[in-house]
Amino acid sequence: MKRRDLLKMIVAATGTALVGSNVLAYTVLPMEDNQGNGYSKDDVAFFNEVGESIIPRTDTPGAKDANVGSMIAILLTDCYSPDQRKVFNDGMVALKFNAKSRYSKEFVLLTYEQRLALLSSLDEEANRHNKKMFSIKTEINADESVLPHYFSMLKQLVLFSFFSSEVGATKVLRYEAVPGFYDGEIPYRKGDKAWAT
Amino acid sequence: MANNHYDAIVIGSGISGGWAAKELTEKGLKVLMLERGKNIEHVKDYQNMHKESWDYPHRGRPTQAMKKDFPVLSRDYPLNEATFGMWANEQESPYIEKKRFDWYRGYHVGGRSLLWGRQSYRLNSEDFMANAKEGIAVDWPIRYEDIAPWYGYVERFAGISGNRDGLNVLPDGEFQPAMLLNCVEKDISARITKAFKGSRHLISGRTANMTEDKPEQGRTSCQYRNKCWLGCPFGGFFSTQSSTLPAAVKTGNLTLRPFSIVKEILYNKDKKRATGVSVIDAQTNEIYEFTSKIIFVNASSFNSTWLLMNSATDEWEGGLGSSSGELGHNVMDHHFRVGASATVEGFDDKYYYGRRPSGFYVPRFRNWGSDKRDYLRGFGYQGSASRQGWKRDVAEMGIGADLKDAISEPGPWQIGMTAFGEMLPEHSNRIYLDPNKTDKWGLPVLAMDVAIRENELRMRKDMQQDAVDMFEAAGLTNVQGFEKEYYPGMGIHEMGTARMGRDPKTSVLNAHNQVWDALNVFVTDGACMTSASCVNPSLTYMALTARAASFAVDELKKGNL
Repeated sequence: MKRRDLLKMIVAATGTALVGSNVLAYTVLPMEDNQGNGYSKDDVAFFNEVGESIIPRTDTPGAKDANVGSMIAILLTDCYSPDQRKVFNDGMVALKFNAKSRYSKEFVLLTYEQRLALLSSLDEEANRHNKKMFSIKTEINADESVLPHYFSMLKQLVLFSFFSSEVGATKVLRYEAVPGFYDGEIPYRKGDKAWAT
Repeated sequence: MANNHYDAIVIGSGISGGWAAKELTEKGLKVLMLERGKNIEHVKDYQNMHKESWDYPHRGRPTQAMKKDFPVLSRDYPLNEATFGMWANEQESPYIEKKRFDWYRGYHVGGRSLLWGRQSYRLNSEDFMANAKEGIAVDWPIRYEDIAPWYGYVERFAGISGNRDGLNVLPDGEFQPAMLLNCVEKDISARITKAFKGSRHLISGRTANMTEDKPEQGRTSCQYRNKCWLGCPFGGFFSTQSSTLPAAVKTGNLTLRPFSIVKEILYNKDKKRATGVSVIDAQTNEIYEFTSKIIFVNASSFNSTWLLMNSATDEWEGGLGSSSGELGHNVMDHHFRVGASATVEGFDDKYYYGRRPSGFYVPRFRNWGSDKRDYLRGFGYQGSASRQGWKRDVAEMGIGADLKDAISEPGPWQIGMTAFGEMLPEHSNRIYLDPNKTDKWGLPVLAMDVAIRENELRMRKDMQQDAVDMFEAAGLTNVQGFEKEYYPGMGIHEMGTARMGRDPKTSVLNAHNQVWDALNVFVTDGACMTSASCVNPSLTYMALTARAASFAVDELKKGNL
């Protein structure tokens, strides 16, 4: 089709200032930069540290490489309800307190093994706490009435922020922007990565 | 504009409006197509078409601010960053929910043709006779044979992919090659056929995503990105922009005017004909009048009815078409959000390539042939099988490298399907004008008073249990039925409210979609549906529109309009 003809047709016919109109389809939303959203640089760094324990760099990039901390702060600020945010924020205080009371150190000063032990125990605590009421596969902020254990929120935020990032989707998972065709049966060998989208 | 007269005016630019414009212009009529919202130019304005999750500020998730501005949209999946700006502004264009009604509207050129599910099925011959046989509502004034050639006509042009499955319940069409089932779906299809001795079928979905190019339309076949809702740079799926609008433009007979809210169809009571329309410019609030010989009303079911309600009120208090007592009544949707899921074992060494924008379909089998239930009509299922991704529950995996490795690989195969059930036309399910509330332009707004009733509630039991039975019969594990809340409108298949019929006393439109009280006004969107069937309705709107347009031009030539 000839787009230019269509455009000409519309302009000529309507007599309205259609082209250059500020009303756009598919509104392009500005990217967030994490300034002044209630979470400090230290908070973001802390989220990245905890995130790295949950999704560490192995032979592929990890949570820090994807800067999940920044996205977590953005999601908490803009997408979470005040109730959800309170559970999460209180939880971070509890997590830091836990680190100090168990190891007499700030979380970020713990060894890899200590971090893993601490967070694993919180993960188990969260699983017991949530029972069936919360599923990690639920979309971020899809159901605000559910207030799960704070560690589940954290884990979900880390997984979501990581696998929806360019690093996570293209360097850790398999990504094909334009597949071009569909094949409903290809061989799969253990170790092959999942499709990102 | 110096000349405000046209041969035809088409109100609305979505799936049916686009078809009306194409057919009428190709037959030589000078056509004015009016669209209440902004223009969206094919490809150029699809600003998100190449974006991925990381290109959105919140990775696509809705913010609290978006939820506040779009309380209706936020109830379900349509509120997201990828299609933000593509749904009607709920503050500017409110409506009243006497009972909860989820209304998803696309107020822009192309309407919901840019945001549709694309599943495309013909109604079957029983669908056109069921009302008469069962004494429900009124009889359709047409039969399958009347519309069959028009189905073929629109299928060929729109580009519908699908198999010819040879099932009476789901008539075959003129298809491009189907988008194929994956290996697991194929296997389960065979098992279901065997377990139910050929009385139930799992087939490839039939979809308005092309598997062959249409160079004459400048369209390329689907590239399996599954990003249809962002606008397709390939024209891989049918939309007004990709298909009917360029065809209409090519004739040189089309004038498209966006930002044009039609507030009234002008009516000459002596001639019993419409003379034109009165339009509010949505940006300047100025009023324009346009005149024409015929008018096609394609504003989407409820807005088409709203327009009739606001027209010719000097003659009929309830508006044009209200003499039947049925205008605004008999609202239908497809009730759904009920079905089952299961785990499929034994295909760990298989995966798939590409993102198919379709799935499988299980055609209706209830109350079909010798089957008899304690409710009328039936339902079909839509679903797919896939391997789970990183969102799966991996509570036992804990955290760390093991978790990362595990969820970076595909999980077990899962299959799920959701039933779409027919909703009976019921007089008391209605929309009406609320005198106490107006929109941004001072126009009255609609109130919705619609609910599903006993027949649908009974059907929903089967809709869940049959899905469970089929998956169990196919030998699947972890079979789980589900039923989520359904409220009318959620199917985004609103129908009825200006139904076709055989008698002006009980229907708004005749067999050619003409308003009985103004024969030069045609309503060919979902409003015209006399019953809902259980299949996705858009293909039927296309066929009815092409049929009515052909009739309208013939009548014009004969001097009857």
